[in-house]
Amino acid sequence: MAVAQPKPDLTESRIAALELPKGGAWGMAARADALARLRVMGLPGRRDEYWKFTNPDSLTQVAAPRAALFEAKDEAPLFDAVDRLRIVFVDGVFDAEQSDELSLEGVEIERLADAMARDIHWAREFYGTLETAGQTPVARPLAALNTAFATDGLVIRAVGKAAKPISLVYLHRSETSDAILHHVVRVEEGAELTILENGPAAARFNKCMEISVADRGAFHHVRAQGRDHERRAATHMFARLGAESRYKSFTLTVNGVMTRNEHVIELTGDDASAHVAGAAMGDGKLQAFHHDDTVFVTHGALRCESRQVFKKVLRNGAEGVFQGKILVKPGAQKTDGYQISQALLLDEEASFQAKPELEIYADDVKCSHGSTTGAIDETALFYLRARGVPRETATDLLVLAFIDEAIQEIEDATLQDDIRTRLQLWLERRRRG
Amino acid sequence: MLTIKNLHVKLEDEDKQILKGVDLTVEAGKVHAIMGPNGSGKSTLSYVLSGRDGYEVTDGTATLEGEDLLGMEPEERASAGLFLAFQYPVEIPGVGNMTFLRTAMNAQRKARGEEEVSAGDFLKLVREKAKALKIDAEMLKRPVNVGFSGGEKKRNEILQMAMLEPKMCILDETDSGLDVDAMKLVADGVNALRDAGRGFLVITHYQRLLDHIRPDVVHIMADGRIVKTGGPELALEVEQNGYADILAEVA
Ligand SMILES: Nc1ncnc2c1ncn2[C@@H]1O[C@H](COP(=O)(O)OP(=O)(O)OP(=O)(O)O)[C@@H](O)[C@H]1O
Ligand SMILES: [Mg+2]
Repeated sequence: MAVAQPKPDLTESRIAALELPKGGAWGMAARADALARLRVMGLPGRRDEYWKFTNPDSLTQVAAPRAALFEAKDEAPLFDAVDRLRIVFVDGVFDAEQSDELSLEGVEIERLADAMARDIHWAREFYGTLETAGQTPVARPLAALNTAFATDGLVIRAVGKAAKPISLVYLHRSETSDAILHHVVRVEEGAELTILENGPAAARFNKCMEISVADRGAFHHVRAQGRDHERRAATHMFARLGAESRYKSFTLTVNGVMTRNEHVIELTGDDASAHVAGAAMGDGKLQAFHHDDTVFVTHGALRCESRQVFKKVLRNGAEGVFQGKILVKPGAQKTDGYQISQALLLDEEASFQAKPELEIYADDVKCSHGSTTGAIDETALFYLRARGVPRETATDLLVLAFIDEAIQEIEDATLQDDIRTRLQLWLERRRRG
Repeated sequence: MLTIKNLHVKLEDEDKQILKGVDLTVEAGKVHAIMGPNGSGKSTLSYVLSGRDGYEVTDGTATLEGEDLLGMEPEERASAGLFLAFQYPVEIPGVGNMTFLRTAMNAQRKARGEEEVSAGDFLKLVREKAKALKIDAEMLKRPVNVGFSGGEKKRNEILQMAMLEPKMCILDETDSGLDVDAMKLVADGVNALRDAGRGFLVITHYQRLLDHIRPDVVHIMADGRIVKTGGPELALEVEQNGYADILAEVA
């Protein structure tokens, strides 16, 4: 009788193919801890409850699936109109040549490796800390893998009001690149910082950002995930928010065969607020499109406010997923939690799965959540067409109108317009084929 | 201008015949009015002409300046010069009135091989036309028809008509829900567009609008057919006696 061979363990195979970056005692220790966490949790499989709607295989397999490069042709880079400090990563590696000097009024910026090389560094107590905290109650093994094996990243500390946004530009140049980036962000008391991110980054991108905002600090984040059809990404944003602090994040995703964006936010100081928004537009015609927003917001203090606004426009078999949870801890009275996820399905083949959850252990709170899946409004479509607007253009107008509620979550009007204009341009291109 | 022959229309999903042989010709430069009891098929006629889904033409033809309307997409009909002022104008949250108007204008121009209107010219034009209809700038900025009162929606329809300058205008109860002053504004808007090259089909229940827009011909529609055609005096007769006599007479 044949004896079944034990299946080579997915997690161990993946670990074996990676190398723990060297350098710096505290960095090495943090990485070793993360590796131990990863081993305990194991990489996610298809049967994991938290991965019920998204197949993690391509994100966990040993080698990154090949991803053809995408030429944006004559398109001006996003955020070009914004006065910003530009920092470039090529396939996950910092590129000093293409980047501005890492110097900005009100902010300290260093490469992760440089920070780890110094025994005494502010980032020491932050690297891996929020990721670790974010592992309960739900495990996030890809984030632990990231902390252990990140090959590059930045540590950014805002001590005052940052003179301008920091713009992280992720270029994709190799069809097989497998990038692991880890950024640590600290916004000190009363300080303010905006981080912009754009670009596909790599064939496969695992990115983790830990953001701790001290009392009365403000953090803004606007991200546009690149249009490469074949790129894959698993990203984590871990945030811990102090009293009266503000956190605002918006993500635009257009194309990408696989995207899983996780937000893990903990409101730990009274009167803090966290807004997370996302707009995803997927067309499965040229390449499959799967987009997953997974959000976990924990209210642990008084009078905090959180808001999740997610919109997806899907067609030709594109798949959208939203898992959003609001957890209100005992004693977190006067919590105001809101969550909405909406999908516009442009045909029968597209699909959207939503799992909104509330878990509340305080009695004086206001929490609401909603999720809708709908088709295009035929009456509105006819009205537009009856005025001479061709079907495709009319559909685009309605799509933009639908998405706009998420875009309005961006605080800065210039950035709002930048995103809007970009979407319009992309829709026009798509239409022209 | 508009020629409808023996038009038969049923609902697509139901076995229900709504138009049962409509014959109607609107000549260029003329204003025709259609009156008729509720449910007689007036709006259906206007929807079928503009290409709305849900109806099936089982017989008959409709042409605009000799071109077959029924084979065209709704946007093609619009570019060919057909305009329908909706009985119930549609609200479109998130789409600005100005964006909507400009997109429509340029789409039509493009379809006809004409030059697009510049942002500056457009703005000038829309301000001028809006002013005549007492539509303020704030309303223009709002999303299409969202939060507009019933009367404001109707005036907005006329603004679109004035901007798009169609050849054939169908107005479906544009007068319902209008106060006396707004009715006058709408009528002025229509009259300003009257010229030798343009036809109008005005669907209404009331004589009042027709006092301002003097129709050349009045039709009575009942149960999916035009049952009587006459001059402006026909509208007065309906106003005074209702439809009972007319329907009895043709039955
Ligand atoms: N989509 C539809 N589904 C079901 N019934 C319909 C539909 N469209 C029209 N009808 C029916 O067809 C008939 C004609 O309707 P239509 O709206 O054309 O009447 P009308 O003459 O415009 O009436 P009114 O004066 O009340 O506006 C009505 O009985 C109406 O209920
Ligand atoms: Mg009607």
